[in-house]
Amino acid sequence: MPNRIIVLLKWIVFPLCLLPLALLVWYGVHQNLSADPVAEITHVTGRWALVFILISLAVTPVRRLHPRLGWLIRFRRMLGLYAFFYASLHLCTYVFLFSDLDVPGALANLQAHDWAGFRAQWAVPIATMKDDILRRKFIQVGLFAWCLLLLLALTSPAWIMRRMGGRRWSRLHALVYVAAIAGAVHFWWLVKPGVLRPLPYTLALAVLLLARIAWWLQKKLRRGGIPAPVKVQQPGLS
Amino acid sequence: MSRFRIPPIASSEITPREVFANRRQFITGAAALGIGGAVAGSLATLAAPAVEAAEKLQTVPGKFTTTGEPLTPYGKVTTYNNFYEFGTDKSEPAKNAHTLRTRPWTVAVEGLVKQPRTFDIDSILRYRPIEERVYRFRCVEAWSMVVPWDGYPLSEFIKACDPLPSAKYVQFLSLHDSKQMPELGSSGFSGPYSEGLRMDEAMNPLTLLTLGLYGEVLPNQDGAPIRVIVPWKYGFKSAKSIVKVRFVDKQPPTTWNNMAPDEYGFYSNVNPSVDHPRWSQKTERRLTGSFFPQIKQTLPFNGYGNEVAALYNGMDLRKYY
Repeated sequence: MPNRIIVLLKWIVFPLCLLPLALLVWYGVHQNLSADPVAEITHVTGRWALVFILISLAVTPVRRLHPRLGWLIRFRRMLGLYAFFYASLHLCTYVFLFSDLDVPGALANLQAHDWAGFRAQWAVPIATMKDDILRRKFIQVGLFAWCLLLLLALTSPAWIMRRMGGRRWSRLHALVYVAAIAGAVHFWWLVKPGVLRPLPYTLALAVLLLARIAWWLQKKLRRGGIPAPVKVQQPGLS
Repeated sequence: MSRFRIPPIASSEITPREVFANRRQFITGAAALGIGGAVAGSLATLAAPAVEAAEKLQTVPGKFTTTGEPLTPYGKVTTYNNFYEFGTDKSEPAKNAHTLRTRPWTVAVEGLVKQPRTFDIDSILRYRPIEERVYRFRCVEAWSMVVPWDGYPLSEFIKACDPLPSAKYVQFLSLHDSKQMPELGSSGFSGPYSEGLRMDEAMNPLTLLTLGLYGEVLPNQDGAPIRVIVPWKYGFKSAKSIVKVRFVDKQPPTTWNNMAPDEYGFYSNVNPSVDHPRWSQKTERRLTGSFFPQIKQTLPFNGYGNEVAALYNGMDLRKYY
């Protein structure tokens, strides 16, 4: 695939990945985000974070299907960063909208430069979040997943990869599997018992993980040993 | 007497009009075809899906109406529903519940009664004057609405059922029919949705046998044609689309309590001091139709403590959550 076309494709894929956010804003502006917009935004951003983790995890297995699909690797970082982007929106929704902050009140305080009032508005949300983090497993595992994604996002630039060396960098970025599993667990732990909404995501993740294991085993059998780590080629983000 | 009370309604809350418009169109359409008014009316209920039928109810203002709190718009009350038999996503019941057939409909009364009986829904509708009662509705998921329900006290119906003195609890069973409820398989419910009340709770004047909302018969997704509303308890206690009322001497098994006893107690009174394992119950998001919900302190018994707290004298409500 010529570089020119890849650059062009990136110009298409990049805004395409913003579409879920754009739709969210569109529906929000048109009062069409269900009766409980806060809950809706939380769910939508969380789900898209998971979807982007899954898509970025799918890049390598799909590449292995055919030698001519190698160029897909050049989209992986963008997809991974979008996973982090939506996970961060998800976290922000939790902090600013879901944790009992009186948003109109806080905004009014900001406008009036009433800093004491603004700080006071945060007393309840901070107590709520503290309580959540200390006591609620699904919050803990979700926050853990976000921290991992943050680490991976911070170490995603090409110069950091070069500085770290491909092998160490790949090993670090294998943590994306942990983040994906933590994300799925987060989803399962927050739905009511009997609700199967996380199932499709979990199945997709399982397939992707199994594909890796199968590939690894196959390679090991063929070579009669543990495979040498693959040199990852990650050109800079254009 | 005026049929409506005019609640303090913001301009954003005038959604019902669309629904009226739909019905208007249908009736004028029928009239244009040369069908007489009365026939058109009855045809409308026969031919149109119940969602569009939006039959008006004659109501009188009821006691126990909350005032001073803005109503949740009709369009929100009818598109944000937990009714798992029609899908587990809250937007799904509004899309899927048109397959529910609300006529013919009967409610079977059985168990500890003098004589088991079956009531036709239309006789239940005519049995007592229908009151409009504006109640706060608090979901266990920490969101809440303010809804003008239409119905009459459940106690009136229970008296008509003639339960024996040995009856200590009343159990409500909802319709369980995969033909009418396409998502029944994915609901996770193995049998009909079951809820129950202690007899004194059921006889409390706040407990409403509910047949409509906003002055119209219940939309299917809100539990048509007949449900209960128990305003001091979390919403899942207010069983929908009831087909069977059973009087029993022991606490009946109830659906959510069976599914997750640590999350959903039999009593499930609204209680800010007993958290759900996965979230706090201290506050609630009052859904008023605006983008930002009002954050409200949750009140014990959903603010109906004066009327119902005495029912639980001497009970440890942390244990019997």
